Amino acid sequence: MHDHSETDGDMDDMTARVLALETVLVEKGLIDPKAVEAIIETYEHKVGPRNGAAVVARAWCDEDFAELLERDATAAIASMGFVGRQGEHMVAVFNSSVEHNIVVCTLCSCYPWPVLGLPPSWYKSPAYRARAVREPRSVLEEFGIALPKETRIRVWDSTAEIRYLVIPERPTGTEGMSEAQLSDLVTRDSMIGCGFARSPGPA
Amino acid sequence: MNGPQDVGGRHGFGTVVPEDESLRFHADWEKRVLGVTIAAASLGHWNLDASRFARESLPPAIYYGASYYEIWLRALEGLLERAGEVSKRERSTGRAETRGLRAERCLSADAVDAVLSKGSPSSRPGADPKFSIGDMVRTLNLQPSGHTRLPGYARARTGRVTAYHGSHVFPDTHSSFDGEKPCPLYTVCFEAVELFGETADPTLSVSIDAWEPYLERA
Repeated sequence: MHDHSETDGDMDDMTARVLALETVLVEKGLIDPKAVEAIIETYEHKVGPRNGAAVVARAWCDEDFAELLERDATAAIASMGFVGRQGEHMVAVFNSSVEHNIVVCTLCSCYPWPVLGLPPSWYKSPAYRARAVREPRSVLEEFGIALPKETRIRVWDSTAEIRYLVIPERPTGTEGMSEAQLSDLVTRDSMIGCGFARSPGPA
Repeated sequence: MNGPQDVGGRHGFGTVVPEDESLRFHADWEKRVLGVTIAAASLGHWNLDASRFARESLPPAIYYGASYYEIWLRALEGLLERAGEVSKRERSTGRAETRGLRAERCLSADAVDAVLSKGSPSSRPGADPKFSIGDMVRTLNLQPSGHTRLPGYARARTGRVTAYHGSHVFPDTHSSFDGEKPCPLYTVCFEAVELFGETADPTLSVSIDAWEPYLERA
């Protein structure tokens, strides 16, 4: 992995390569550098997994919302203001004590951007994409997760434009907590199916 | 295509390395690739399916040796070259030699929020579905050299329809600019033993989203 520093006089290959392309596109009037900045700003600072965590926390607290989320996740999630690119057609899948859901895109890196932001590197790696469908238990072990051996696992391979959000189980000992407090317990990985929501208490 | 992208169920790629969720990018150039790729898509020279086809058409040795943002960048270079917008020589010198063909479609900064919020839904009006939820279906043994979204591990396998999503743009034709040809889209769930043989995890099932032309009644 290249580690490029802005102050470094020697540009690494990838930095030089994208800079050359961007420069030509700007000279030709085909892209606006300010638009490029706005896109980066959106996915670096505005759209990320805290959106999904808010959805999960509401589903834990509000039965009507959970019911809508199960029936029409796109509408439920849009009602919280999370819409757009790579979240046009949402499906929420609910973990239970008998079934655990995991999301993958074996063919590329499809991922529900409006609720989870950009996918982590591992989600896009051939290792995850190859193994999630065949040996998810051993993948989960690499996340420090051991599922009971009788728990059924359902893996959702995102081969079309449907995007999946896993709703993890609500941890025990969270009665009376507010939505905001609950959302802090919801990790990104738990919404892909590669983790559990955290238990309350010291992080 | 039977390309490097189709890795589901394959061995030998090693371990999965978790990372902190606060990490968004691993280098500044990755940010530029993201921004330039999305901005350039507004020119309308290609669609999402065509860009996926460009990525999986990279030679396997390059595809497996590249990070995902490098795959994006290499595919973008190819798409822009085929669109007649940026030549190989312009890329190597970093200087434009001709005017942009579609400069009038350049995405402006103040349009970014609206474009990202709108997205591009792939659902369309279409024919009535041939299958119902609960039906057993078999995937066809389709091995086109062009783009398809039927993964190799799920070809010629029997599963159950668990959801119907209406009609969606068909990537196999859309990717080659042969039309949207919307058709019914289903979720089809397979037992792992059907996909990966008798030694597969008996508690595991795997679903794909499959367009009707990928399926026959089982």
